[in-house]
Amino acid sequence: MNRAEQALYELKQMDELSAMDSPVHRFSALSKLLVTVFYILIVMSFGKYDLTGVFMMALYPYLMYQLSGISFATCLHKTKYVIPLIAFVGIFNPFLDREIILKLGTVSVNGGTISFLTILLKGMLCLSASFLLVASTKIDDLCAALRKLHIPSLLVTVFMLTYRYISVLTEEVAVMSDAYHLRAPGQKGIAFQAWGSFLGQLLLRSMDRAKELYDAMLLRGYHGEFPETHSGHSSGGSLVFAVFSIACFILFRLVNIPALFGSLFVR
Amino acid sequence: MHMADALLAPPVAAGMAVASGAAAVYSISRIRKENQAEKIPVMAVSAALIFAGQMINYTIPGTGSSGHLCGGMLLSALLGPEAGFLSMIVVLTTQCLFFADGGLMALGANIWNMAFYGCFIGTYLIWNPIMKSSLFANMGEKAGTRAKIILASLLGCVVTLQLGAFSVVLETSASGITELPFGAFAGLMLPIHLAIGLVEGLITAAVLCFVYETRPELIQGIHRNSSESKFSLRQVLACLGILALVTGGLFSLFASSNPDGLEWALFGNSEEGYAANMALDEENYGIESSAAGTASAIQESTSFLPDYAFKESDSPAGTSVSGIVGCGIVALIAFAVSAAGRFFRKKAS
Repeated sequence: MNRAEQALYELKQMDELSAMDSPVHRFSALSKLLVTVFYILIVMSFGKYDLTGVFMMALYPYLMYQLSGISFATCLHKTKYVIPLIAFVGIFNPFLDREIILKLGTVSVNGGTISFLTILLKGMLCLSASFLLVASTKIDDLCAALRKLHIPSLLVTVFMLTYRYISVLTEEVAVMSDAYHLRAPGQKGIAFQAWGSFLGQLLLRSMDRAKELYDAMLLRGYHGEFPETHSGHSSGGSLVFAVFSIACFILFRLVNIPALFGSLFVR
Repeated sequence: MHMADALLAPPVAAGMAVASGAAAVYSISRIRKENQAEKIPVMAVSAALIFAGQMINYTIPGTGSSGHLCGGMLLSALLGPEAGFLSMIVVLTTQCLFFADGGLMALGANIWNMAFYGCFIGTYLIWNPIMKSSLFANMGEKAGTRAKIILASLLGCVVTLQLGAFSVVLETSASGITELPFGAFAGLMLPIHLAIGLVEGLITAAVLCFVYETRPELIQGIHRNSSESKFSLRQVLACLGILALVTGGLFSLFASSNPDGLEWALFGNSEEGYAANMALDEENYGIESSAAGTASAIQESTSFLPDYAFKESDSPAGTSVSGIVGCGIVALIAFAVSAAGRFFRKKAS
């Protein structure tokens, strides 16, 4: 499977996940979007040594993944792009911040190690929350939620059209790559001599396709904005979900619940 | 270069979102003013093309590795800076949402680092002056334009990627995420992105040269012969000089004033101090001076900590042994609740 085919597979997988039915899928897109943004902001706001505070925030994705029936393993697969970058930025912390700030029996843990673990955990949690949002929400509903938040229609329209055309053009790239590599077996990528013509030809065809697309849109009565979709989700349940979730996040941010629990057992 | 949410503090993320938002609002207003509705599908298809084009691996001659396209300069050359910027926003949002490439709250920073520089700085300070100049006029119109496209693409990609990489360093350092000194972090990031910028510049130049040969009307700003050119060679050089001064000045300003304050102050500004920072061996490299003695005394006093506890000043609500035990309890409760949920769900079905 080449990279384009892999991307197509991932897009299809996201479409299938968002078409599932669960309580999480039935919450309105707007409530999920707001809760996700608030969740990420709260996670980002924890101090660099506050590992237990961040750990408490793991409850939200943990319970939501359980409730939605979406496999967490699918999300883990996506971290292949993000975790290396986070690790690159944080890997120096254990060596540069060597102040011992925690002793577990005879084992001393320095500040850098704690801050490194905190960064990694924060990265994982933020990523799992945004993945959950997209995996449990259809793209049309997400775009409607963006419009409700007054994101300009031009941007939302381009986003919707792009999403529809990504699979078309990626499929073309996959076929072109396969055809190229069948004629150049054993070659790792596209040879220097063909750099321009390979993508250039696709670009020219795409520009013509865009013109045809615009003509088709006009024929169907396009006047600058797509009609809004109505998902028909209950707003009462979504409101309760949003208020309850945000209240919990604020509570977790203000009160170190793990420390409270732990103090019952450890002096 | 896609930044994750974990690498940014909320104020920095918010600041970058506001900056990118302002650039997006400006771009939208410019496109609305032009009133070119047919540009919308072109923007969408171009964004999809850039996304698909990123899936192609280009073999780098003479090496065993391959590179891929980022697209900011290419989109600007085809659509103009404003439409190109909006298309790049869509590409970055799609990558963030569907491929977990970059964080949702870090989207503002990513747009700034990868789209703003490529589209606006790349177009207004590099692409336009070079394409409108009388550079390579002696080579004939076609060959001269091709040479200008190659020069503008290479220079544009290298400069804008350097600016983007430098912004990543600035944003991460301002967020207080990494303990890596500012200078060392920049020293790691900039050379890597110099190589990436060169490869992207070559790919962009190859594609634009192909388009120029087949459909020149698609490329922005090339329908001028040298007699109409608004920019002389001197003006182009002046423009690039200003850009170099601004970026160079900006780099040196931050590199000299923000090099991980505390450690820098403790070990002075000599080479030894830097070596100590980087080699992590303060005893061997430290500077013998009264300032260093005072500094180490301060460090000793701050390192004194009660057993089984976090230093209070660092994290008022921070981690402790009791906190770790509490995490275990919370995890157990969560596991029990979800196991019970699964049990009842199975029973119900």
